[in-house]
Amino acid sequence: MIKYILKRVLMMIPTLIVISMISFVVIQLPPGDYLTSYAASLRQEGDRVDEAELEMLARRYGLGQPAYVQYYKWVSGIILRGDWGQSMEWRRPVRDLLWERMALTVAISSISIIVSWFVAIPVGVFSATHQYSVPDYLFSSLSFIGAGLPGFMIALVVMWIAMRQFGLNVGGLFSPEFIGAPWSWPKVVDLLQHLWIPVVVIALGSTAGSIRTTRANVLDEMNKPYVETARAKGLKERKLIWKYPVRVAMNPFFSTVGWTLASLVSGQTLVAVVLSLQTIGPMMLRALTSQDMYLAGSFLLLLSTLTVIGTLISDILLAWVDPRIRMEG
Amino acid sequence: MDNRDLLVEVKDLKTYFYLDEGVVQAVDGAAFDIRRGETLGVVGESGCGKSVTARSIMRIVARPGRIVGGQILYHRPGNGNGRQQTIDLTSLNPQSYEMRTIRGAEISMIFQEPMTSLSPVHTIGDQIGEVIRLHQGVDKDESRQKTIDMLDFVGMPLPDRTIDQYAHQLSGGMRQRAMIAMALSCHPSLLIADEPTTALDVTTEAQILRLMHRLQDELGMAILFITHNLGVIAQMTEKVVVMYMGKVVEQGDVDTIFHGGMHPYTRALLESIPRLGQKTRDRRRLAAIRGMVPDPYALPRGCAFHPRCSFMKPGLCDTTAPSMQEVEPGHKVRCARYTEIW
Repeated sequence: MIKYILKRVLMMIPTLIVISMISFVVIQLPPGDYLTSYAASLRQEGDRVDEAELEMLARRYGLGQPAYVQYYKWVSGIILRGDWGQSMEWRRPVRDLLWERMALTVAISSISIIVSWFVAIPVGVFSATHQYSVPDYLFSSLSFIGAGLPGFMIALVVMWIAMRQFGLNVGGLFSPEFIGAPWSWPKVVDLLQHLWIPVVVIALGSTAGSIRTTRANVLDEMNKPYVETARAKGLKERKLIWKYPVRVAMNPFFSTVGWTLASLVSGQTLVAVVLSLQTIGPMMLRALTSQDMYLAGSFLLLLSTLTVIGTLISDILLAWVDPRIRMEG
Repeated sequence: MDNRDLLVEVKDLKTYFYLDEGVVQAVDGAAFDIRRGETLGVVGESGCGKSVTARSIMRIVARPGRIVGGQILYHRPGNGNGRQQTIDLTSLNPQSYEMRTIRGAEISMIFQEPMTSLSPVHTIGDQIGEVIRLHQGVDKDESRQKTIDMLDFVGMPLPDRTIDQYAHQLSGGMRQRAMIAMALSCHPSLLIADEPTTALDVTTEAQILRLMHRLQDELGMAILFITHNLGVIAQMTEKVVVMYMGKVVEQGDVDTIFHGGMHPYTRALLESIPRLGQKTRDRRRLAAIRGMVPDPYALPRGCAFHPRCSFMKPGLCDTTAPSMQEVEPGHKVRCARYTEIW
């Protein structure tokens, strides 16, 4: 098992190197170099351009030097100093912007995913064990609607209902007075009051898909001979369903953790824009539209790295739950 | 005559499958008895209803299949007081407590494909120990010890290591041994073996058959042995039931069936067995039963075998369904013409 994990970790390294190169190319894509546009944007806004600062930045990122030097400086900055570069739009280090939003993003998305699994798995199993019954048709229709409706639409509807029917303060994760305020107990309470709408909206979309996946997987497994063996032992039907076919049907969930991790961060961008959540998605969107390339490149690198790490986690989880895979590794 | 106590009486069992395409009469009036400690073979082509009969006794017929008629009387051996109890299994709810205490403990089953019949993600020991804990109410340590004993009993090498292995780590024969250990772990009075050696190579098949013989000698359970392999029937069983299209067409003890089989279908089955040396002796092609198994949605009128039978008499075989005739005590045949044709 340890050998298997080590092998997988080593295999990540070349992938990560290639990803960082591609991200770097993306940063370099817009015409002109970053400093020129940075200085231009400063001038445009009437700020005084500090030549010494520009000089310092140029040295730090190796601007004006060959591409491989710049690449090396950028990558080593990230790895050795945690320096992801400078956002010209925000005029702050990318690092600060990233981590600020990372925590909230991960919190919202992981809560949503856990909520959606808690709903989707029992419903999917029920649908499979009661195939073609009225509740099965009902759940199937609902999940098709859920999967078909775009998330931002659901977000708008939920916001409208919350505001009109319950008079709630919607949008954002905090009430205005807490934005930018230091963390305190009332701020946490305020966050929890705002959290449920994004969680419901994000969970709805993924629940629909997960119900379908669970139902299909369990149906596939239910006709396997080992389920009949379990039945022939005299086990209770419910117990054997959860112990055998459901257990095997869960494997695809573990193998999708890889993508889930990246979509935790970047996914639901539209929903986040509609709900004005201070998560990473809207920020990345803005970075791309305003050609804030260090910021955009950093997101690209981060998301790709998360996908690679997610795949590693999937592989380890799968090997852990499925002895057949463990053996091959 | 056999005077051992009756264990299971299958009476006029009807198990139908209600599909969109129509009703399949998978088992249509099967009837036979199983006595304590005897081995009864059920033989027939694929789709003749042998497996469905077995699953009917276990009460694990999958939807849309359903027992629609008949009785399965289980004479439950008395627990030392000599008094036995008779239960009609068809009257029980398959999910009921009573049925679940019988299934897996008193009547257990092994299946054709030992690879797919074992869970891929649970250890052998987990799956065997589960039955022991379920029916014997023992704790984990005790069930583990009993599992190791059971694996040892079925000739599993290194049982205390195998117990923690997964199905895919074992060979086909070892997997089937694990299945047998599972089925016998609660000392059933009836073991149903549904083509237990079909998926195995011949050497392994021989080992498993020898093992089942030995286990039967030691434990004394009855075996309902389902197969399409007449060679295995000859080797394993005392009595034989020949099934065709959901009906028993002939039954008798194994010698009678092999040497004095009366039903044209039984004869045809026997003639389709290749024999060593046969070709050089009489230069005969191996006889195959002509035609195909009929469409289960549209069974032929009269005797279901008549379209494939060489002795078919128009006006008789294709109009009236023959009834079961007793040739001699213990030997029955379902053919309208058995007296004329032999």
